[in-house]
Amino acid sequence: MVEVSVRNTDGPAREEAEGPGPRLLHGLRAYGLIVAMWVRSTMAYRTSFVLMAVGNFLTSGLDFVAILLMFSHIDALGGFSLPEVALLYGATSTSFGLVDLFLGNAERVGRRVRDGTLDSLLVRPVPVLAQIAADRFALRRLGRVVQGLVVLVWGLARADIAWTPVDVVLVPVMVVSGAGIFAGVFVAGAAFQFWACDASQAQNSFTYGGTTLLQYPPTVFSRELVRGVTFVVPLAFVNWLPALRILGREDPLGLPGWVDFCGPAVAAGVIALSGLAWRAGLRSYRSTGS
Amino acid sequence: MRLYAAVAVSGFRRHATYRVATAAGVFTNTVFGFIVAYTFIALWDERPHLGGYDQAQALTFVWVTQALLAPVALMGGGFQEELQERIRSGDIAVDLYRPADLQLWWLAGDLGRAAFDLLGRGVVPLAVGALAFDLALPVDPARWPAFAFSVLLGIVVSIALRYLVALCAFWLLDGAGVNMISVLLSIFFTGMLLPLNVFPGLFGEIVRMLPWSAMLQVPADVLLGQHTGTGLAGALAFQAGWAVALLAAGRGLQSAATTKVVVQGG
Repeated sequence: MVEVSVRNTDGPAREEAEGPGPRLLHGLRAYGLIVAMWVRSTMAYRTSFVLMAVGNFLTSGLDFVAILLMFSHIDALGGFSLPEVALLYGATSTSFGLVDLFLGNAERVGRRVRDGTLDSLLVRPVPVLAQIAADRFALRRLGRVVQGLVVLVWGLARADIAWTPVDVVLVPVMVVSGAGIFAGVFVAGAAFQFWACDASQAQNSFTYGGTTLLQYPPTVFSRELVRGVTFVVPLAFVNWLPALRILGREDPLGLPGWVDFCGPAVAAGVIALSGLAWRAGLRSYRSTGS
Repeated sequence: MRLYAAVAVSGFRRHATYRVATAAGVFTNTVFGFIVAYTFIALWDERPHLGGYDQAQALTFVWVTQALLAPVALMGGGFQEELQERIRSGDIAVDLYRPADLQLWWLAGDLGRAAFDLLGRGVVPLAVGALAFDLALPVDPARWPAFAFSVLLGIVVSIALRYLVALCAFWLLDGAGVNMISVLLSIFFTGMLLPLNVFPGLFGEIVRMLPWSAMLQVPADVLLGQHTGTGLAGALAFQAGWAVALLAAGRGLQSAATTKVVVQGG
């Protein structure tokens, strides 16, 4: 078992004091430093960065072009108009894009386990999760966030919404807590790779698959599938439940109204559980040894 | 010829090693198949016979897409990153003085990979789709060999196209940009997101003439019985034509690259 705890007498590790609060701050600061380093290195090739960011914007926009092509033949999909689908699409794409930006390379942990380079992360005086999350931070992924935001704003402006103050607050809460839920899914997926390092693809079912699912109205899918993503992997809280409230629609499972506001609580729960899974994964890590 | 057969076999065996990764890929393809299938049901509920497909045919298209995604390398991959890395590092110099043709070498290797992916990643998603949904799979036994041949041609077109993309590294050194554009074009113009016969008007006409159409749309239509008799021969000739044209372009680019470009390294 590789269980390294560093207590240097000098250097940044000194700040790694007891208790969860300072430790979290220390992790976040280290994360920020690594991210800043990667951003500096990206900016050495400015043209390449701009091209890649535009490419990222276009690639993630293809899904929406497919939806537009669908709506060139129809007026409503599963009873939802184009602006309403755009709202769903924009909300989940923005949340997903944020997590893809801040945590996207956590899925590379399987590769590090396989080739043994995780060892070098263990001896550094920074939480491993912060290092993994910031690994090869790719600012170009901002392209996806921008694309999601554009569609979200368009959807919000064009959809037929009877705005109340609650709805206005619910929009940013939806995007942030949605990002929280996806963050939990990413970390849980990364933790899973400690046991099955070749199976990083399976994670895509829940991350990319999840956001693809949420781009469409819940009425399109079978009731069992909607139940599954409400109660088992609670992706429905990312955008379906809050967006249905904003649009003044019934949710297909007929859940009580207060459930629509549970996004932040669900996000906190998912993050806590995935944090435990990550710890368990890290504890079970055995180096390749050569 | 024996040499290239051996390269193909080793390509097959090399990819057969990663069993867990293959299982994970099958799982992901199946999950995506379900998601897309439900959206297509909703679309074809609104517009039955959209693009000349009935709902069962549209669902078959979904599952054929998931089955062919890895073998035809619709989202890139296969060999191109590896070849680009060899060009970037200068290892390509070793490849060039081997007594084997560069293009045929990678063609054979990737055909081996595709054969494994067809068995390892293609069969299960299609079978799951057929169990979960009402698919329009042909009962006419003659249509399956035609489909198999069409898939083979689609794979060759895909390889020829990715070979061109990979060779760009001789001039650009870093292939990340062209790879991204190549994946972008492939996702959209193969019909992976939406069948090409649903694309409207003149745009649709043009899109169906492009090489990407030969990678997924034509094989799927052959399976669905959209091409019969002389139409079938025409569809296969369309694929073969693109395969030959792109392989020839690859040859041209290869000779331009090897005569003009100074190999990296020192």
